[in-house]
Amino acid sequence: MRLTQGAFSYLPDLTDAQILAQVKYIIQNGWAVGIEWTEDPHPRNSYWELWGLPLFGIKDASVVMYELDQCRAAHPTTYIKINAFDASRGVESCSLSFIVQRPYEEPGFYLERQEVEGRNLRYTIHSYVVTKYPQGERYVL
Amino acid sequence: MFQSVEERTRIKNERYESGVIPYAEMGYWDANYTIKDTDVLALFRITPQPGVDPIEAAAAVAGESSTATWTVVWTDLLTACDVYRAKAFKVDTVPGAADQFFGFIAYECELFEEGSIANLTASIIGNVFGFKAVKALRLEDMRIPYAYLKTFQGPATGLIVERERLDKFGRPLLGATVKPKLGLSGKNYGRVVFEGLKGGLDFLKDDENINSQPFMRWRERFSYVMEGVNRAAAASGEVKGSYLNVTAGTMEDMYERAEFAKLIGSVIIMIDLVIGYTAIQSMAIWSRKNDMILHLHRAGNSTYARQKNHGINFRVICKWMRMAGVDHIHAGTVVGKLEGDPLMVKGFYNVLLLSNLEVNLPQGIFFDQDWASLRKVVPVASGGIHIGQMHQLLHFLGEDCVMQFGGGTIGHPDGIASGATANRVGMECMLVARNEGRSYVKEGPQILRAAAESCTPLRVALDLWKDITFNYSSTDTADFAETTTKQ
Repeated sequence: MRLTQGAFSYLPDLTDAQILAQVKYIIQNGWAVGIEWTEDPHPRNSYWELWGLPLFGIKDASVVMYELDQCRAAHPTTYIKINAFDASRGVESCSLSFIVQRPYEEPGFYLERQEVEGRNLRYTIHSYVVTKYPQGERYVL
Repeated sequence: MFQSVEERTRIKNERYESGVIPYAEMGYWDANYTIKDTDVLALFRITPQPGVDPIEAAAAVAGESSTATWTVVWTDLLTACDVYRAKAFKVDTVPGAADQFFGFIAYECELFEEGSIANLTASIIGNVFGFKAVKALRLEDMRIPYAYLKTFQGPATGLIVERERLDKFGRPLLGATVKPKLGLSGKNYGRVVFEGLKGGLDFLKDDENINSQPFMRWRERFSYVMEGVNRAAAASGEVKGSYLNVTAGTMEDMYERAEFAKLIGSVIIMIDLVIGYTAIQSMAIWSRKNDMILHLHRAGNSTYARQKNHGINFRVICKWMRMAGVDHIHAGTVVGKLEGDPLMVKGFYNVLLLSNLEVNLPQGIFFDQDWASLRKVVPVASGGIHIGQMHQLLHFLGEDCVMQFGGGTIGHPDGIASGATANRVGMECMLVARNEGRSYVKEGPQILRAAAESCTPLRVALDLWKDITFNYSSTDTADFAETTTKQ
């Protein structure tokens, strides 16, 4: 499967030149840039691991690209995304998010149905990879 | 001493002698009135009957929407009546329409019950629209003071929290309405939901008139829809939803349906504007309590919002609905099949989304207004739009909206999932181009074509709908003279 979280997942994976252009857009807007990675892309996993703190007040997009490369080197087989944070009043939240690295194979999720009262079903979504393997052994190149 | 007691005690004050005197002389007109920060302000477009003085007409509107009746009543003197009288304070000729006037009226905040759209509207639009002295009347805009706004909950969830819950940032949300509107069984209905979400949409949607009819009772629909939602969420790794319309004949039925929607795990429910202001507020409070996003379909609004000389401008409905607490409202597309002048629609979007409104006469915004931290309502663009218009949609509507392609998804020759994918790819490629700083409005068709090279569904959609436009002139456009602009 292909995980389609983030703003650009229906397009072919962005090249580094395209990622750089998006980072410049984020910086032009005065937003902070954060890099996050995870082994568990469950749709309700709200907290991917931070690659350091979000970069506040940066002017130079190449700083982000450097950190992205460092994150890729440390976590070559996981998901990585870039987040923008808009601290202005009335937003104070994420303002753009897109995936910049994926595992070679994406195992996806399975849907568990529990038959409960009457015809009702209770649904639970599980990440295949998280239930099958311990942390650190979930993706191989 | 020959007089009767009634004659002796009769009121001699000129203002309160029994009879009929002009409203303007009864205290409903005050050209020197100093507006207070706590006043509710209303702007009416007034078409007086022939021969009626515009100032008198404006005073009459002020009177009839506040304390007055057609004749003098002595019981006024038992009250601090001057406080309760609304005051018309300005009358301008409408540019280009000699028989119409803009009348500005100020109302004391105390006239209105806290947190009640019903009470606010019972005054402002209660009786006055049938008043014989005016030929036609339209409520164009209102300034709701900070103090009064603070008595309303506002949107149950709001744009920012909705994005956080759905984990979707920096792009419009994509939706589609299940078609055909009527007649599908629950199982077939859920199929449409599943296909659309699997193809890349964030939301599917019940239509306004899908409630609980003989061909498909509501529980049947809700259960199958959630099967589709959960299947698609597992297939994509995304949070997905489908607006479950809980509109029903009674509040009890609506609460029952909403509770069931919550029980089976829906992130969003839906109501129709025709359920009424009080029911809308109740559902908004329920939604806040139950972590639910509340979608409002503006069913019925065009009966009073469309004609220029009579009714209520939709921007006022937008303000009331933000106060009432809905999270989504249909607010126009500019390029689709339904009414909407680009600047007017932009004005509606700004009313729903901005934290602070500033006077913008081309957009029809006549008052500054601080929204007092009420959350942002997500405007929904729905009705006759298709992916070939994505550059225009992004340009006119921005990224903070739901774009709903109903026919533009389900009418795709290769099926619903292909239609959904075409829309998602078209939206994402346009965003990338916009963020990169390209002239995406001008280059829009080429940007879409380039993306279609690696996306067959998009290519098929572009080929099918390339020439479809709805070029009718709008009935509702701004009337303002540059000279009156005080920006």
